[in-house]
Amino acid sequence: MSTETLVATGNKAHSHGPGSPVPLQARSERPTSYDVDVFPVPNGREEEWRFTPVKALKALFEDAEGTETPKIDATGPERVEIETVVADALKVLTPQDRPSAIAWKRSASALAVRIPNEAELTEPVHVNVASLGGRGFTHLIVEAGRHSRGLVIIDHTGAGELSGNVEIKVGDGAELRVVSIQQGDHESIHLAQHDSVVGRDAKLKHVVVTLGGKVVRINANVRYAGPGGDAEFLGVYFAESGQHHEHRLFVDHEATNCKSNVLYKGALAGDDARSVWIGDVLIRAAAEGTDTFELNRNLVLTEGARADSVPNLEIETGEIEGAGHASATGRFDDEQLFYLQARGIPEDAARRLVVAGFFNDIIGKIGVPEVVDHLHEVIEAKLARTAQLSESAKAALGQ
Amino acid sequence: MATLEIRDLQVSVDTEAGPKQILRGVDLTIAGGQTHAIMGPNGSGKSTLAYSIAGHPKYNITGGTVTLDGEDVLDMSVDERARAGLFLAMQYPVEVPGVSVANFLRTAKTAIDGEAPKLRTWVKDVNTALASLEMDPEFATRNVNEGFSGGEKKRHEIVQLELLDPKIAILDETDSGLDIDALKIVSTGVNRFAEKGDKGVLLITHYTRILRYIKPDFVHVFVDGRVAEEGGPELADELEANGYERFLKAAAK
Repeated sequence: MSTETLVATGNKAHSHGPGSPVPLQARSERPTSYDVDVFPVPNGREEEWRFTPVKALKALFEDAEGTETPKIDATGPERVEIETVVADALKVLTPQDRPSAIAWKRSASALAVRIPNEAELTEPVHVNVASLGGRGFTHLIVEAGRHSRGLVIIDHTGAGELSGNVEIKVGDGAELRVVSIQQGDHESIHLAQHDSVVGRDAKLKHVVVTLGGKVVRINANVRYAGPGGDAEFLGVYFAESGQHHEHRLFVDHEATNCKSNVLYKGALAGDDARSVWIGDVLIRAAAEGTDTFELNRNLVLTEGARADSVPNLEIETGEIEGAGHASATGRFDDEQLFYLQARGIPEDAARRLVVAGFFNDIIGKIGVPEVVDHLHEVIEAKLARTAQLSESAKAALGQ
Repeated sequence: MATLEIRDLQVSVDTEAGPKQILRGVDLTIAGGQTHAIMGPNGSGKSTLAYSIAGHPKYNITGGTVTLDGEDVLDMSVDERARAGLFLAMQYPVEVPGVSVANFLRTAKTAIDGEAPKLRTWVKDVNTALASLEMDPEFATRNVNEGFSGGEKKRHEIVQLELLDPKIAILDETDSGLDIDALKIVSTGVNRFAEKGDKGVLLITHYTRILRYIKPDFVHVFVDGRVAEEGGPELADELEANGYERFLKAAAK
């Protein structure tokens, strides 16, 4: 078997090898700091690094100036304020690992995108982040003023090694959608931490779309500044041969009557295609009335690909509306293929139909036409490559 | 005239203990305008015959031929067989999450015909087919077989039979698990297909019950991977009265 599903539930005590700074019992007890030295260079045995190819990340573990300044700019409707600010202008984010702490320290300034109070944007804000080929750091701040509405699309491209921090603040009563697309070149590396704080009665939809890059690791965290907040975290990824796509989430419920809903879906195709999904949800004792659900599904299209999925729910109060999680990793179902082919549909079209079906619900939830269209295009292209791969594999077997 | 000819068909499956022979030389000819019933006890190889004709990769053809109007079926891929005019109504239709019935039917019809159906008449055709199987038009928006009851899955198979309009329909235990009302609805659908003329039907069943509603021209009793006895509808009546006892004893000798 080339697939493996790991499921860990509840307040399990984890054992740690040498090198762990403190014995970590729960997600909430993990260190967070702006001080790089709090985080030793990972060796791959740490709980938060054990799935990651740390050897490939050496350059981003090194506490030194970048060799390039990645391009970062934003365009949007006139009312949106776009300016460069000092790094500690907002401080919604506290680094949770070494690359994030280094990125914080080595980014002299941050690009801030601010949607004014009560502004209702009808057009999206586009942020382009391009790594030119060296090692670089970025820092982005997205702030939605109270009772505002807006959509920010962050597009990550390029060839280098990038470590970036993204801070998101959703004001009281505001509704913000943030889409982060990772589509770096095949050899690119992208590490990121996204920290969000959701205001009273505010709504955040955070969408991660990971389509390219040798190693992509997104660590997304959300907490609530007041009661009535609603956070929806969606993720779509498609890892191909030699790619590692890792998504880690931490939903921290402390305010009362808040909602969170996490849905991540990924496909994998090709040798050594790898995905990791870690979903940590903590419902603190004070967080009465919490309603949370998280779900991860993986579709393994070919031999040699592997998906790991670890949902984790810590509950400190029983006074909640609901809490649940689910995770499943399945192989491409040959019976589905047979059924569709038996109705005259050629094999490649049948595969496309099944994969489109797999992603259908989550793509519907993303609800941003330009992102959805792009996603369809890229998935089509990836499936065409997968079909070519299996054709040449068949040809090789036939010889 | 459409003709499906099966000659000396031998089929095995791979098991942990090595290949296991299931079909041991099957001869059958199904011509347009004819309805054939294949009856037999569990494990006699009836479903293997259906899936082998459709091209399921699990079954290894070890001998014999299958031709449709002279064309070599065994040389075709699964989808080529369907486009050539073969249709298999499955005993356990597969769920396809996220793919709507409407999208599925349209994709299949486009593949079979080689061109997309005309939008206006197509929607009407789908609704008519659903209505004739007493299925709500809302089914078109649901995902393929997902959350369908056993009866709804079988009716959905017959909806596809009506819309895709093959030359030869193979129905693999379409009657199993159906209550009497659903059985009548499904049978009416199959009869409507058969009455279009020049359509061949191969009805595979364990029970005689469905033969009260679909009248076969020929009945073949299947035992131990081959046809043990052939006859007209009267053979079904005998099976109704006496069961498979006589054939099983003969096979055990």
